[in-house]
Amino acid sequence: MGMRKVAVVGAGMTRFVRRAQETGKELSWQAARMALESCDMTLDDIQAVCMGTAPDAFDGVHMKAEYLSDGAGAWRKPYMRSYVGGGTGVFVPIQGWYHIASGLFDVVLVVAEEKMSSYYPHAQAAFLTIFDHTTERPLKPNLLWIFALEMNRYMTTYGVAKGDIARVSVLHKRNAADHPCALLGDPHITVEDVLNSETLAWPVQRYDVSPVSDGAVAIVMAAEHVAARITDRPVWIEGVGWSLDTAHWTNRDLAYPRYVEHAARMAYEMAGIKEPRKEIHIVEPYDPFDYKALHHLEGLLLAERGQAAQLYIDGVAARDGKMPVCPSGGLLGVGNPIAAAGLMKIAELFWQLRGEAGARQVPGQPTRGLAQAWGDLMQVGTVVIMGR
Amino acid sequence: MNERVAIVGVGWVGFRLVTPDQSYKELMYEAALRAYADVGVDPRCDVESFVTVAEDFHEGTSIFDEYVPDQLGAVLKPVHTIGGDGLHGLGAAYMLVRTGQFDVVALEGHSKASSILTLPQVTAHAQDPVLNRPLRLNTHYVAGLEMNRYLYETGTTREQCAAVVVKNRRNALSNPSAPYGADLTAEDVLSGPPLAWPLGCRESAEHADGAVVMVLASEAKARHLTDRPIWIQGVGWCNGSASLESRDWAQAPYLQEAARMAYRQAGIRNPERQVDFAEVDDTYAYKELQALEALGFCHPGEAGVLTERGVTAPDGDLPVNVSGGSLGMGHLLDATGLARALEAVLQLRGEAGPRQLEGVEVGLVGSWRGVPTTSGAVVILSNSKRREPWV
Repeated sequence: MGMRKVAVVGAGMTRFVRRAQETGKELSWQAARMALESCDMTLDDIQAVCMGTAPDAFDGVHMKAEYLSDGAGAWRKPYMRSYVGGGTGVFVPIQGWYHIASGLFDVVLVVAEEKMSSYYPHAQAAFLTIFDHTTERPLKPNLLWIFALEMNRYMTTYGVAKGDIARVSVLHKRNAADHPCALLGDPHITVEDVLNSETLAWPVQRYDVSPVSDGAVAIVMAAEHVAARITDRPVWIEGVGWSLDTAHWTNRDLAYPRYVEHAARMAYEMAGIKEPRKEIHIVEPYDPFDYKALHHLEGLLLAERGQAAQLYIDGVAARDGKMPVCPSGGLLGVGNPIAAAGLMKIAELFWQLRGEAGARQVPGQPTRGLAQAWGDLMQVGTVVIMGR
Repeated sequence: MNERVAIVGVGWVGFRLVTPDQSYKELMYEAALRAYADVGVDPRCDVESFVTVAEDFHEGTSIFDEYVPDQLGAVLKPVHTIGGDGLHGLGAAYMLVRTGQFDVVALEGHSKASSILTLPQVTAHAQDPVLNRPLRLNTHYVAGLEMNRYLYETGTTREQCAAVVVKNRRNALSNPSAPYGADLTAEDVLSGPPLAWPLGCRESAEHADGAVVMVLASEAKARHLTDRPIWIQGVGWCNGSASLESRDWAQAPYLQEAARMAYRQAGIRNPERQVDFAEVDDTYAYKELQALEALGFCHPGEAGVLTERGVTAPDGDLPVNVSGGSLGMGHLLDATGLARALEAVLQLRGEAGPRQLEGVEVGLVGSWRGVPTTSGAVVILSNSKRREPWV
């Protein structure tokens, strides 16, 4: 017996904002309701709920998903929270996929929520607690320093210029200007603006970084025979992949994300993709930092090592280019409520592949897209390939 | 798709009150090593995906899933964490194998409760931060409220709850992995200090440290790997009301729903007749009684009577928590359900030593995630592949 086919049939998302007035439960429900309404369904049609949300420290709620459960529509339903740090947003649709592909369920609601503003005064401080309690935490590492290390390593290894990396931030923030839910869309931003922004930890500057945000995204997933009843334009999950590298990140080659490559190879194999550069039409790589998008495009085998910036220089990555990158605006432009940001990329592919992306629509009726997220200690890659 | 899935290997370490000689990583490593050796697999080439269960606040580390791959032999493999009980993790691993994408999946859960200096405060942080936390509700106080309502609505007595403690801690005396074995009388239990009326201190499970690892495999692979596969006949899980204000305080409808899902898969219409023994949550003694009623073994109000009559004792018609349960083995945080499932596997394999039940074929495992959740899971295991069709 072959594998069960799984489709995305509906999607919804809240605005991504700096500080939401709503509780996490309310954000979850807003997104869930929009996703249900987008495919004319109600909670009665939903057999199980999958929740994706990053560290409990943000909300300061232990077993956060239990608290969020009724907001996510899980009352009296099978409900499970999966978790791979920053990679969670693209993992939770994989969780939805295995719920349905297993044959246990036909219709699953997938919700990703993050409310980072509860952490006072700034959510960055929560990241102090992700490091090894014996070897690293006494050094009080700030996450921005760690990414400065990695960005520096990437630039040094391949000789990538800072100005070329800044093009990523410019393109994504400009793309986000067309996204109604975006926090930092800016149609006029230039490379100079990025290079002149405040230095946080060299070479990381303020506009190289995505903003701390609150928000939620939800999608509805369905098995083949049910999807056909719900919509005539299902978007199929063609391949999924994930990979977790060693926790000893200090011993790793920071210039290349091999964990992303492992995840991508798994997804390409499942989707039957032999030449990803020709067969993937839209890419939503994870871009919490501008260099990260380049890093991930290389890990996804969509660019040679150290050459991803060329995609931006040549216009390949533009919305009307040969392989548009982050037409949504990505995390840099739309915002980065961790888990919700990853699922936002899945929602974007859903809308793009159905031709419903409005002002953000990629021309040429694309048929296949890839979304990827990354997380933990420069450690995990999660990849989903979707097609129509 | 892989229709049938079996547990083919188990390994565990513990369970002990404190483990100053082992870090959580060492606990995980030892349990994993034993599980892999139990079935003869090499995690690096034979195990295709890994699932762990953990909660950040129990570990004292945010994004705790960072720290799991190395000691499991899972580096650069598809690994993910479920923020749930061990039985939720078992459900996830079960689904992964059923997709057909993986044939062998490993599952891990552990407890290092002895390292947590402020466990009551940590647990209290699970309450609604807006509506409940300002009331400074103690976790046991919420359990006391629920127990009170349960006793009131079902007519169950405190003595019947005490009988659960007497049974489970006596059972633990036959389990070398259980640190809380004791020969008590109901009088001993009831004369202990109160915790939150009507809940007494001795009706609440103490914590323990340890780790459990299981290896799951598809049918084709299981046949190749072992001659004593334990088949997963059904898995169910369910959440009830998250808010304290709008839940059913006497019953456990979430467990009832979870059981219904598992029974449907396993073809069980009459659990009382078709299930040979059960391992269910007994974080608090009354929870075992409430669970037996939700699982359909008896009507509300009857579980206490059956317990007093010895029906749930090891030599009764429906042995419950022969392992000693959490009262006898210690509560293992997120691994609690896995410890229950471990006992079911050992019993069904005939490897339970002095507490071995005779002629058992089908075992039920139930879990609850503790106050303030209404989150439960049920797994049906069997040493026979036979499954009644659900028509």
